[in-house]
Amino acid sequence: MSEIITSAVLIGILTSAIRLATPYLYAAIGEAISEISGVVNLGVDGIMLLSAYGAFFVALNTGNLWLGLLTGALVGVAMGLLMAFISVTLKAEQGISGIGLYMFGLGLSSLLFKTTIGTVKTVVGFQPVRIPLLSDLPFLGEVLFDQSLPVYSAFLLVPLAWFILEKTTWGLRLKAVGQTPAAADSLGVSVDRVRYIAVCVGSMLAGLAGASLSLALVNLFQENLTAGQGFIAVALVYFGGWRPLGILLGALLFSTVNAFQLWMQVLGVAIPSDVAVMLPYLLTIVVLAFTVSRVRGPAALNKPFERGEH
Amino acid sequence: MKIRMLVVLVMVLALLAACGGTATTTGGQSSAKPLRIAVVMPSATTDLAFSQSMWSALKAVQAELGGESALELQYSENMFKVPDAAAALRDYASKGFDIVIGHGSQYGSSIQEIAPDFPKTTFAWGTDVNTFGLPNVYAYTAAAQEGGYVNGVLAARLTKSKLIGVTGPVEVGDAKTYIDGFVQGVASVDPGMRVGKTWTGSFSDVALMTEAAKTHIAAGADALTGSSQSVVGSIGAAKEKGDVLWFGTQSDQASLAPNIVVASQVYDWSSILKQMIENRKNGKLGGDTFVLQLKNGGLKIAFNSTYPLPDDVKKAAEAAIEGIKNGSIVVEP
Repeated sequence: MSEIITSAVLIGILTSAIRLATPYLYAAIGEAISEISGVVNLGVDGIMLLSAYGAFFVALNTGNLWLGLLTGALVGVAMGLLMAFISVTLKAEQGISGIGLYMFGLGLSSLLFKTTIGTVKTVVGFQPVRIPLLSDLPFLGEVLFDQSLPVYSAFLLVPLAWFILEKTTWGLRLKAVGQTPAAADSLGVSVDRVRYIAVCVGSMLAGLAGASLSLALVNLFQENLTAGQGFIAVALVYFGGWRPLGILLGALLFSTVNAFQLWMQVLGVAIPSDVAVMLPYLLTIVVLAFTVSRVRGPAALNKPFERGEH
Repeated sequence: MKIRMLVVLVMVLALLAACGGTATTTGGQSSAKPLRIAVVMPSATTDLAFSQSMWSALKAVQAELGGESALELQYSENMFKVPDAAAALRDYASKGFDIVIGHGSQYGSSIQEIAPDFPKTTFAWGTDVNTFGLPNVYAYTAAAQEGGYVNGVLAARLTKSKLIGVTGPVEVGDAKTYIDGFVQGVASVDPGMRVGKTWTGSFSDVALMTEAAKTHIAAGADALTGSSQSVVGSIGAAKEKGDVLWFGTQSDQASLAPNIVVASQVYDWSSILKQMIENRKNGKLGGDTFVLQLKNGGLKIAFNSTYPLPDDVKKAAEAAIEGIKNGSIVVEP
């Protein structure tokens, strides 16, 4: 084994893992913010698809990647408003409306792709940016500090989300609304308003997840580009116990094992491909089985808030 | 509260209705009754791969027969879920389509179940060879290993790093036979050359396919191939690297990356479709198995004219094509 895992291979595995983890990080942290406020949004994958399309379409036609990224975020916010309207204002069953949103995103992105782009095309996406000094560090420098900007910002999002959730009044309000909405309401916090903001911020991050796929990782758009990544992101929220650090660990575990199995296949290590492909999922389930019981989710998750009802 | 629930229900239903399967007609309204063909496909008509190969063939046959007034076409795409596909197949048959095609090897059991209920309808499905002994079912497949072999010869002659990468979806059907043929083609040039293979376990996961291609490139490969609609990710990764060559299959993939695609094996289903139409006119509704081969013109090697292919390499590929056609080269599926 030691001849196979050289330091070049290890660098390769970790560099791949960090790239693969990027969309999961955006989407799962966004979903966590939404869920902490009490709204499960199962439409993440649909939001990612529509945003990936929007971002790609704008970047393709203007040649401006930043404008594309912005479009992806805005499409995310718009989808978030729709989700919040259905689940917060109209108080619909969250699971069902999320699935509806997913199908809407899947269908609309396919339709728009077919009518406006027509065939698979590529753009030159965000290129790796070497961070001076840090990228010269042996080993870690190459893995961590030679990536593209959307990848860096996904990882910076982890401490930022932690800070907002744990150290700011807004984070406190968010949790209060998700745990005991009636109490938060009696203290003068507008439950609906907080949930609207949380769902929209969460969806914006899902939008960035989609845009990072189509502009930084695969640099193209195809129908159903995400192939269910949004649903894995929802699972990662549970895996990470609604905490940014937990989500980071979950995303990295899943991606590292995925990158590992790809490298093992490339190097011709004799494991059946079906087993190799199963590995990330298998390991994630095993870890989940041993860790998740300690963490409890937001108490008011999936429950619409109605004033005066308990 | 009740009204609110109703509003929600209507909205959700509207969302669902807005985006269920996309069925599109390119039909004509004319006096003479056109022949009607419907096809159900697992991915999109624009996937640059399996589904597109069938849709292009149908459009070509339509144009040849005289346009929409002679042949009406309808398709349902992205029918990756078999129950949805089965519902669509049954729907088309009951709407009176003459030929109903289930374009995916996962649709076999659906065809087997539905075809006996519509004895006057011709059904076709692939890629497979099994007609279930039913008189109104055709099966079709592609000898993908043949073009795989030719691509393998090209790749082995062109690689400088002597490392070749294969990015496959799942080890089944024509994805597997193509890659088996490719490996034999490489070995015919240099039996010692290493071909690294990855399987992502999915026909549609573009992100993982892209990463698989990047992994091959990081490991030193400078010639890549692969199969399924998700290989656009691999082609994108090769294109971005700039000096990594790509060998395509199913559809002509040169349009996506004109500078690095050397050649593509193209599935041309049109001769099979024309045969089915002809048979139907003579009262024969099914029962045969068709195989696309280089010999019968169903498989073609499309050299990308933009790529400067050295003459001797092209001659080697043409020799391989000739050898497969006349039987002097046997490619095991």
